[in-house]
Amino acid sequence: MPVDSTRRPFRPGPALRLAVAALVLCVALAVLLRLSGLDVGRAVAALWRGSFGSADALLSSTLVRASTLILAGLAVAIAFRAGILNIGAEGQLLVGAAAAAAVGGAIAASFGRATLIAELAGGAAAGAAWAWIAAMLRRRFGVLEVISTLMLNFLALYVVSYLVRGPLQEPLGIYPQTASLPDVARLPALFSGTRLHWGFPIAVACAVAAWAFLRYTAGGFRLRAVGMNPSAAWSAGLIDVPGVTTRAFLVSGALAGLAGAIEVTGVSFALYENLSPGYGYSAIAVALLARLNPALVIVTGILLGALEAGGSAMQRDASVPSALVSVLEALLLIGVIVLERTALRRVAATGGDVEEAMGVAAP
Amino acid sequence: MSGAVDLFAAAAVRSATPLALAALGEMVAERAGVINLGLEGVIIAGALGAAVGASSGVAAGFTVAALAGAAVAGVFALFAVRIRTDQIITGTAVTLLALGLTATLYVALYGAAGVALTLPTQAVLTIPVLARIPVLGPAFFAQPPITYFLYVAVPVVWWWLYRTHAGLMLRATGEHPEAALVAGGSPVRVQGWAVLFGGVMGGLSGGSLVLAQVGTFAEGMSAGRGYIAIAIVAFGRWHPIGVAVAALVFGAASALQYLFQAMGWNAPYQIFLALPYALTLAALAIAAARGRTAAPAALGRRQLLAEGEV
Repeated sequence: MPVDSTRRPFRPGPALRLAVAALVLCVALAVLLRLSGLDVGRAVAALWRGSFGSADALLSSTLVRASTLILAGLAVAIAFRAGILNIGAEGQLLVGAAAAAAVGGAIAASFGRATLIAELAGGAAAGAAWAWIAAMLRRRFGVLEVISTLMLNFLALYVVSYLVRGPLQEPLGIYPQTASLPDVARLPALFSGTRLHWGFPIAVACAVAAWAFLRYTAGGFRLRAVGMNPSAAWSAGLIDVPGVTTRAFLVSGALAGLAGAIEVTGVSFALYENLSPGYGYSAIAVALLARLNPALVIVTGILLGALEAGGSAMQRDASVPSALVSVLEALLLIGVIVLERTALRRVAATGGDVEEAMGVAAP
Repeated sequence: MSGAVDLFAAAAVRSATPLALAALGEMVAERAGVINLGLEGVIIAGALGAAVGASSGVAAGFTVAALAGAAVAGVFALFAVRIRTDQIITGTAVTLLALGLTATLYVALYGAAGVALTLPTQAVLTIPVLARIPVLGPAFFAQPPITYFLYVAVPVVWWWLYRTHAGLMLRATGEHPEAALVAGGSPVRVQGWAVLFGGVMGGLSGGSLVLAQVGTFAEGMSAGRGYIAIAIVAFGRWHPIGVAVAALVFGAASALQYLFQAMGWNAPYQIFLALPYALTLAALAIAAARGRTAAPAALGRRQLLAEGEV
């Protein structure tokens, strides 16, 4: 595997075709909305207003959602780069959120500000532990992680559902949620008067660290080698493939768990059942749109955060279902995977470097 | 007591019906080597299709549901089977697409006001003698006809998979596509048809939610059943009979909450809801530990042939 590879000239062919297809689909969507008597102009205006249109929308909606999406997206990106199809970010995020809420509720009174560190560490540890189950099942028994992580997502959902009705329920025992965290156990606001919290810089720092790790360290090289071709990584480099895979799986789980901890300590301040509107699944889109590059995850996390923030505004102000946003996400995702396939075909024909063709190696 | 048990058994079969329909179709697709995570999207499309078709009656509802499910599965097949994009990613995208499109189309068709749609539902058809068997009779033989469709579909799928040449070719495609090709088969075509069959069954599953259970459509009403069906396929060890039994186990787990409510028991029902998933994980691990992994060898493989095509 060449570490350094020559650049190929940009070819607009498939990209252009895709852009045209995307445009046609957007027009079709607009016509559909128009036919159903909805105001397209107002919908687009609301989408913009709710995402980037004002400092308040950007700081209190878009970037708040982006913080969670970036961390969860990193979790997916790291796993996919190591050849692990971890679709369990949702479950790892939920147990991370549960652990953070449990730790915060238990020790905030006696530990003050230090509680925050324990909450975030607890969230990451819980996420890693949840991922460890799937990692162990894969390593010991060869159970497909696609199936095991999917099932662990459901298990996590029921664990949370049990906790908020049982041991962690708020003292009055009326609502299925935990008691609100005290102020010292919450992430402080980054700028006063906004909802943007310290989770955002934490997420960005994690993304930069992951990028540097993959690009500049021997460990990152081993992870990428295992992801590209496990048998070659073993025979050519004597890389401990199961060990690298397990560690990558744990790091992936820890990042998703941290995302959950940040959601609890920065946004919801309590644990409840519908805490995550599918962040763990959107994270797959975040990671793939970034072509599994941790640095680009920052950009795609903000993009999808904006789409989701704008989507809620669209539903509120223009009565357009916010679910329309997932159509856009899906179209973006399909566009990216088709582009990758075309690039791969070209490489097969010309005998080039696959990783570069996927656009995942050279950040 | 017996009244509550009867209710529980009937609810178990009722909850199992949409799960078994979707899982039976997904099982066929997975035996051909394709895991369709777009199944969740297939089911919601079937549900909306059923709501649209139901204006011309229940039969039309199920027909449109099957077609809608097949259409979504067709989109998945176009990318994942034809162009051979990654199955997991494509499935995720297709689910997102279908969940978003159905919600939008529903508003487009029936207005944003959210007037609850009331649709005709399939009446319970009681089978004369069999329904009088204690407990099992009313549970299995006093259900809407779509449940009885399964009693035919499960053995037919079993027979087709294990007793016909086409079924053998499908299983070969999922285990060893190169061998299937050498034997004169066409792996891409086989996988395409298998995914479409899964789409029809997933569409019927969504249809049964609307036309045999709820009588209306709601955004996101598939509620994760597509993913549950994938768990059921694994728990049922990729075998038609196993899948039917596994669907009953999952159906029973969700029906337990009704039993608990009826009996006034105050136990954490989440444990029972979670149990099937834990059992599935344990079953997968045990099977693998004994060296008897039931999963098709080429499941999820993007690259169809070991050499040549990327």
